[in-house]
Amino acid sequence: MATITIPTALRQYAAGNSSVSLEAETVGALLRGLVEQHPTLGKHLFSEQGKLRSFVNVYVGDEDIRYLEGEATPVSSGDTVSIIPAIAGGISRR
Amino acid sequence: MSDLKLSNEEIARYSRHLIMPEVGMTGQRKLKQGSVLLIGTGGLGSPLALYLAAAGVGHIGLVDFDVVDSSNLQRQIVHGTSTVGLAKTESAKRRLADLNPLVEVTTYETQITSENALDLMRPYDVIIDGTDNFPTRYLTNDAAVMLGKPNIYGSIFRFEGQATVFHPKEGGPCYRCLYPEPPPPGLVPSCAEGGVLGVLPGVIGTIQATEAIKLLTGIGDPLIGRLMLYDALSMRFRELKLRRNPACPVCSEYPTVTELMDYDHFCGIIPEVNTLGSQYEITPRELAALLQTDDRPYLLDVRNPNEVAIASIPGTDKVIPVDQLAERLNELDTSLEMVVYCRSGVRSGRAVDLLKSAGFRKLKNMVGGILRWADDVDTSVAKY
Repeated sequence: MATITIPTALRQYAAGNSSVSLEAETVGALLRGLVEQHPTLGKHLFSEQGKLRSFVNVYVGDEDIRYLEGEATPVSSGDTVSIIPAIAGGISRR
Repeated sequence: MSDLKLSNEEIARYSRHLIMPEVGMTGQRKLKQGSVLLIGTGGLGSPLALYLAAAGVGHIGLVDFDVVDSSNLQRQIVHGTSTVGLAKTESAKRRLADLNPLVEVTTYETQITSENALDLMRPYDVIIDGTDNFPTRYLTNDAAVMLGKPNIYGSIFRFEGQATVFHPKEGGPCYRCLYPEPPPPGLVPSCAEGGVLGVLPGVIGTIQATEAIKLLTGIGDPLIGRLMLYDALSMRFRELKLRRNPACPVCSEYPTVTELMDYDHFCGIIPEVNTLGSQYEITPRELAALLQTDDRPYLLDVRNPNEVAIASIPGTDKVIPVDQLAERLNELDTSLEMVVYCRSGVRSGRAVDLLKSAGFRKLKNMVGGILRWADDVDTSVAKY
């Protein structure tokens, strides 16, 4: 089982969970398993074409999957997979 | 070099720095010689301005176009009750003059734009991003990269913060290496919707101030190529590796973006007036009048339950937070005349868009939200 950490901004779409543990072979399968459990997370992680959105960064341990094997990056039991979305902070008044 | 000599007054003031060998006279002189531009004098800018002035950074520039509001004081500690209503730059300047009259503070009461960004930044050694929106973050990044200056980044949301130092000139990545594209508007909630723990910008802003002092004095390992993540609720710090994108449009060897652009457009921000026609709008006064009649509309509140607990319009028929609206459309009746409201009218505008595309037609967005309702209709309603 690998653990996915859910950032604050997305917890509302994951029933308030700060992390979810799932069984999967790759990062892509893990994220799709997560979306199966929490369908509203889907549009926040994947584009309409089903690709991981470019403003959502995914890390296995402390490495960005863009510099590993992308969604095909293998995950092993005990790995922590982090979703790190862009946050702007403050109040968008425009 | 005579002005670089520390006066006895300065030696007394900075003695706790001077007795540390890592800073000492050399480091303190570097701070005095150094200059920092703070973009934003809000939550992050407050501790930044205070600590950098206290530390004796010789020249501090403050960029902000906003005015101090009482709802800022929960976290923006450079301001005070006595400066509510004043420009944030002026409010901060007054506080810094009291804290340390030996540092020079320059204020720019303006919005940083593609036209002025390079001129604003050019005189400063270090740029600090304490802004609150994506267009300004991309603008600050691109301008800093083009000028070859370090950009100390911090960002906060609710209980969570991020910090790093972008410095391509020293081999590190830039903001665009981390996030090549901004999220489309509406997909990531802002602090106005999401809220923020007041001490959180204190932690992140202080990390940014620490990095500024390290860069100016040249001590320690800078937070370059590392993203620091902080979660206040679990009280955990984590660190992720950041790598330079060899194809980065701004900081790579052959950049495709070589001048500043229209960042609102880049971030997909369209002026709000164009998104909804006026036939889909109603003012709080018009709604109040309508609620007195026999054909009162169905009143839908799209805020979160904790906001409803603060203040609400009497006679509200239903509360569905805007993020749940898409899955709960079956709870609403398309045949009813419906007025949608939120805090300021932004989320309800999004809700009306969504309902329109789902086939609802008899819809109106209450413009200005419950804030304007409190101004125009019922002054006993609390504004938050």
